[in-house]
Amino acid sequence: MSSGIMNFLHTLASTARDVIPIVLIIFGFQVFVLRRKMPNLGMVLTGLLLVLLGMTFFLQGLEQALFPLGKLMAKQLTAPEFLGLSGSDSEPHYFWLYVFAAAIGFSTTIAEPALIAVAIKANEVSSGAVGTWGLRIAVAIGVAFGIALGTYRIITGTPVHYYIIVGYILVVIQTFFCPKQIIALAYDSGGVTTSTVTVPLVAALGLGLSSNIPGRNPLLDGFGLIAFASLFPIMSVMAYAQLSDWQSKRIKKAKSKRYGG
Amino acid sequence: MVKNLIKNLTSSLLESLRDLAPILAVITFFQLVILQEHIPDLPALLGGIFLVAIGLTLFVYGLRIGLFPIGESMAHSFAGKGSLFWILVFAFALGFGTTIAEPALIAVGNEAAVVAADGGMIASTPESIKNYADGLRFTVALSVGLAIVIGVLRIIRGWPIQYLIISGYICVVIMTIFAPPWIIGIAYDSGGVTTSTITVPLVTALGVGLATSIRGRNPMTDGFGLIAFASLTPMIFVMGYGMLL
Repeated sequence: MSSGIMNFLHTLASTARDVIPIVLIIFGFQVFVLRRKMPNLGMVLTGLLLVLLGMTFFLQGLEQALFPLGKLMAKQLTAPEFLGLSGSDSEPHYFWLYVFAAAIGFSTTIAEPALIAVAIKANEVSSGAVGTWGLRIAVAIGVAFGIALGTYRIITGTPVHYYIIVGYILVVIQTFFCPKQIIALAYDSGGVTTSTVTVPLVAALGLGLSSNIPGRNPLLDGFGLIAFASLFPIMSVMAYAQLSDWQSKRIKKAKSKRYGG
Repeated sequence: MVKNLIKNLTSSLLESLRDLAPILAVITFFQLVILQEHIPDLPALLGGIFLVAIGLTLFVYGLRIGLFPIGESMAHSFAGKGSLFWILVFAFALGFGTTIAEPALIAVGNEAAVVAADGGMIASTPESIKNYADGLRFTVALSVGLAIVIGVLRIIRGWPIQYLIISGYICVVIMTIFAPPWIIGIAYDSGGVTTSTITVPLVTALGVGLATSIRGRNPMTDGFGLIAFASLTPMIFVMGYGMLL
């Protein structure tokens, strides 16, 4: 029990260390440059404290339960025996590995706090036009596809930059066709997807794969999954906007047909 | 008042549990059906999930009353003050300061240094590995600071985001041709790991707040996009670091 409390205090201290530079910068500028008191100072400080406590509980729970099990599973699912790499007579089978890669990418993204924050803000700013769930699911689908494709890349050993460059070309093409309102948000959603929950599990998957697939070097081929997970959400969010745009136009058309005459 | 608070907290706790349900489902399915093993320590797992849910609830609550209002009120004060110089200094400080201490970045920096030493780019002594990792971390922090500066300037001036981002992509592609192959994977990944869970809401609120306070800007088209710059510039800078050293 006391080791649990020690762990908690340790996590609290390291979270506080992350928050302190931010707090110093904000209040430094507030006092020395803006020379204004922050409105609702008490409320804001309570909020900061809650964020700090929330992150601590969050990380503590992840470390205690999800990370060890998730990492163990990534190791088991990339083990040569499971993939059929050890026997010389059998073909390697990767089906369940791809399913796992996509499923873990999707589910960790849904729980990602930074994405929840951006979804709340986008919903507020668009006065409800961008649904919090719609955005989060669109991003999670992008991450799921990205991680599965990244897994395929590690297995086949093809260079990262070919995929990324093709991805960029697709993003540029989509940018010209998607509603102007969503472009900035879509670009942002690439960067917010991969943080607290996703990175450790995905890193374990990449490391397990690149150390077990013959001919791969964990130092060189283990990288790249995060890059994929930050690229595909841009496309899936733009696709989501295009779909809802298209749907609302169709409904409008149907309505004007019915009532127009 | 108290009754309301409890009601709110309970409903957001339920929401958090719903956010975590997919992870639980994936882990259970793969553990029981595919790997055909039992769950090692069920009480610890459930306890952990409960902690994660409480943490998420507190975080989202603190976000609404703390981080979002801070970002917005800073944006309004800076817009009211009307000094371009100071807001850009603030943007740089925020990007640099939040990135230099980012744990995920420290981990990536150390891995990159080990790869560099392994490939014989730098000496395999602990000292040169540490120097290399620190240099890389500094480079990424610098690039994120610069990214927030460019992003804030874009909001103030109302430049369309896509031209800037597409130019960034072209830069990444050109750098990829000339950068040493071993740094490419690390560089591409460094774009995704720089923006932490606390930085994202703050920077988003800052951008949206600025776009709301400046006349002629739309918070939806102009307010977002700061994170996009912060995940693009590190790729360019890390490849540059690999080419120079």
